[in-house]
Amino acid sequence: MKFSYFPGCTLKNKAKSLDIYARRSAEKLGVTLEEIENWQCCGGVFTTAKDEVATKLSSVRILKDAQKKQQALVTVCSACHNVVKQTNYAMQNDKEFAGKVNRYMSEDEYNGETQIYHYLELLRDVIGYDKIKESVVNPIGKKVAAYYGCLLLRPNAVMRMDDPENPTIIEDLIKALGGEAVIYGYRNECCGGYVRMESPELAGKKSQTVIESAKKAGAEVIVTACPLCKYNLEKSGCDIPVVYLTELLAEALGVKEDTNE
Amino acid sequence: MQRIGVFVCWCGSNIAGTVDVVAVAEALKKEPGVVFSANYQYMCSQAGQDLIKNAIKEHNLTGIVVCSCSPRMHEATFRKTAAAAGLNPYMVEIANIREQCSWVHKEMPIGTEKAIILGKAAVAKVNLNTPLVPGESPVTKRALVIGGGIAGIQTALDIADAGFEVDIVEKKPTIGGKMAQLDKTFPTLDCAACILTPKMVDVAQNEKIRIFSYSEVTDVKGFVGNFDVTIKKKARYVKEELCTGCGACTEKCPMKKVPNDFNLNMDTKRAIYIPFAQAVPKVATIDPDYCNMLKNGKCGVCSKVCAAGAIDYTQKDEFIEEKYGAIVVATGFNPISMDKFDEFAYNQSKDVITSLEFERLTNAAGPTAGKLLRPSDHKHPEKIVFVQCVGSRCDACNEKGKEYCSKICCMYTAKHAMLTRDKYPDTEVYVFYIDVRTPGKNFDEFYRRAVEEYGVHYIKGMVGKVVPEGDKLIVQASDLLDNKQLKIEADLVVLAAAIEPDKSARPLATLLTASMDTNDFFTEAHPKLRPVESPTAGVFLSGACQGPKDIPETVAQAGAAASKVIGLLAKDKLTGNPCVAHSNEMMCNGCSSCERVCPYGAITYEDKEFRMPDRTTLMRRIAVVNPAVCQGCGCCTVACPSGAMDLKGFASEQIIAEVDAICK
Repeated sequence: MKFSYFPGCTLKNKAKSLDIYARRSAEKLGVTLEEIENWQCCGGVFTTAKDEVATKLSSVRILKDAQKKQQALVTVCSACHNVVKQTNYAMQNDKEFAGKVNRYMSEDEYNGETQIYHYLELLRDVIGYDKIKESVVNPIGKKVAAYYGCLLLRPNAVMRMDDPENPTIIEDLIKALGGEAVIYGYRNECCGGYVRMESPELAGKKSQTVIESAKKAGAEVIVTACPLCKYNLEKSGCDIPVVYLTELLAEALGVKEDTNE
Repeated sequence: MQRIGVFVCWCGSNIAGTVDVVAVAEALKKEPGVVFSANYQYMCSQAGQDLIKNAIKEHNLTGIVVCSCSPRMHEATFRKTAAAAGLNPYMVEIANIREQCSWVHKEMPIGTEKAIILGKAAVAKVNLNTPLVPGESPVTKRALVIGGGIAGIQTALDIADAGFEVDIVEKKPTIGGKMAQLDKTFPTLDCAACILTPKMVDVAQNEKIRIFSYSEVTDVKGFVGNFDVTIKKKARYVKEELCTGCGACTEKCPMKKVPNDFNLNMDTKRAIYIPFAQAVPKVATIDPDYCNMLKNGKCGVCSKVCAAGAIDYTQKDEFIEEKYGAIVVATGFNPISMDKFDEFAYNQSKDVITSLEFERLTNAAGPTAGKLLRPSDHKHPEKIVFVQCVGSRCDACNEKGKEYCSKICCMYTAKHAMLTRDKYPDTEVYVFYIDVRTPGKNFDEFYRRAVEEYGVHYIKGMVGKVVPEGDKLIVQASDLLDNKQLKIEADLVVLAAAIEPDKSARPLATLLTASMDTNDFFTEAHPKLRPVESPTAGVFLSGACQGPKDIPETVAQAGAAASKVIGLLAKDKLTGNPCVAHSNEMMCNGCSSCERVCPYGAITYEDKEFRMPDRTTLMRRIAVVNPAVCQGCGCCTVACPSGAMDLKGFASEQIIAEVDAICK
């Protein structure tokens, strides 16, 4: 099985491990992720300003590249996924916006035809958690807190991944990998996000609430799919490890150490 | 050749302000068939009507055209005027030169030109009109009320009081509906049971009323005055006529773990049960999903303890056919499911409950015998947060809730908050709201009392999240007036869930061909002037099936619906609408196209013998319209491929003549 793959800027420097372990685990599970050529930043944040077109063009290019290869697109960073998926949704449903975008583009018209999977959806819906469970060689055996953050599942009308207020998609994966999933109240709350730049105190407070809530529930490790969440939690004095969920997956599948290197 | 009179109305300045009425009258005088033309300030006034009557007599008019307001406004008036002067009322045509002309145009020349064209079209039509005589149909002087809540109960009592027979069909084993589950009622705080149960008893004892409990309407045929209804009496495995309601079976049944839906599943009942002590009819019912005897033939305890010998495990669903003249829909409402509102942790904590569950928790006959205890650990809650508008007034693009205001929540929340503070002064009570809406008699005073006398903390702002932590519920909310984020450690959270029509309403609307809005509330014939009638003749609306309503409003509407039913049943015969479809049997080829599009089921087919020119006979299938059922919508005339179907009063020929007149 082959998919187009868009890692995103952060996954090429700060969040390398999110990217590397995603690819290795996918290979192990029989899925090839083909990185899109000459991709650019997704746009960073999906702006809700209706007349804002330019910052969404790079996302459309990514989607069109996947369409040309007749492949579904896989993303793994929560923020990138949110931007690309919301852009695609706008291309499908907002005729005026799509018209403007298409007039910018020199190539054929695009109207949101590409199917997008978050890496988690790839695991759950394409590969299947049952198959993953069979492939586990190092069961995790820890109490793991899934941290969704605010972007991964919202807005639900667009993301359609899981119930944003009471999700199970990461918990089910943790269970498949032989870990114990702890449920805690703030697993789908904001970490503080970019507010960190302007008001580190406020962002710190948001992150600490998440950390405290997870620890109270008995978590030994927190997993996330978002580089910014990981950064904020770690900056806010989190004294339990915060790891990318792909790292946890790679470890369980026994592909964390690359034998080729 | 017709002798047509044209009457142009000024409607004060409503028409005359933008239409040169004198010019219109002059222009229409030249139309073929027109022998008289006049204009007058108010044609609908007594003087105006006399003008028409005199002209009909003086000029021997055979048809008239009134250029005035919409036919919805005064067509009936002018038809009566014509009839009084001896003219067939269906020889009257209205040219709407107000709503469709003077009100939408600003300039006199344009308005005048259009008014003349509209007048010409009407004249062209009248030239082809023929006198029509409406048919008559008898009235079955009995009414059916679907739903046995307070709406259905009140409607049935009022109809019976006028001397007509009424049947109530209720899908639950007892009548009483939602009101039977409530504790106290706003704004007077009288106990719901104290005012409802006497009415339930009245229903049971009224000789004119029959109750079909645990029953559903499965089929409706016929039309106003003559409905044929099939009622399914579901098997309750207890002979109603023998059961004395002693309750011995409900105490001895060994199957104890049946969720008790009357208490919103907060406690359990037996597999054979009577929903509550004051149930009407007070008859036991066996739940076939839980009864061991019905499931695998092992048990039979209830049969052994029943002294009356009322238990019958072999009972089957029974179908009863009845005739009615009128049908009242009183199917009521339900709170919406909280499954999509997990931000309030309804599915994660037992101590997050809905307001209806709160009613049961404070009701003396409820699972806690009226003591306010947390469902999780049966401790007394010290801090309670009420959240209003959960699922009400939602954004259209938010797929979770309803766009409308559920109307009753502000008041019952104020009631809950006040009663809590009254009974348990040590309990702190918070209410989060978007707006507090109290437009009813003594309603705002009630809410003010909750705030001022009982010290309920009303906070403008919504709750964003409820997090169960230990034995507390952390409520995260915003205080918009203070511009602050709040975190409250509550023991109990009560959600004022939006209300929606009962799920049985949609299939019932299909059976009745009664229209509904996008939220599945029944639509009234006119939102202001005919609020308790459905657009389908003979179908009336009572209570929350038509829109969210509190008890006083429901009872008022129930009485209004009853009075409309009584008005209908008091007639011996109904005059139909003569503008109905009819089929030209020589042209009809029996293809069924018309039957498929008819929304009223007015068209049937019969085989008819035709004599051919060569003296042989031929059997042909042809369409036949039942004029009493036909509503004259005209769908069939458009669908008919051979042009056999036509509508009296709106014949294709007449409509084409109108179009020709406009296009000339």
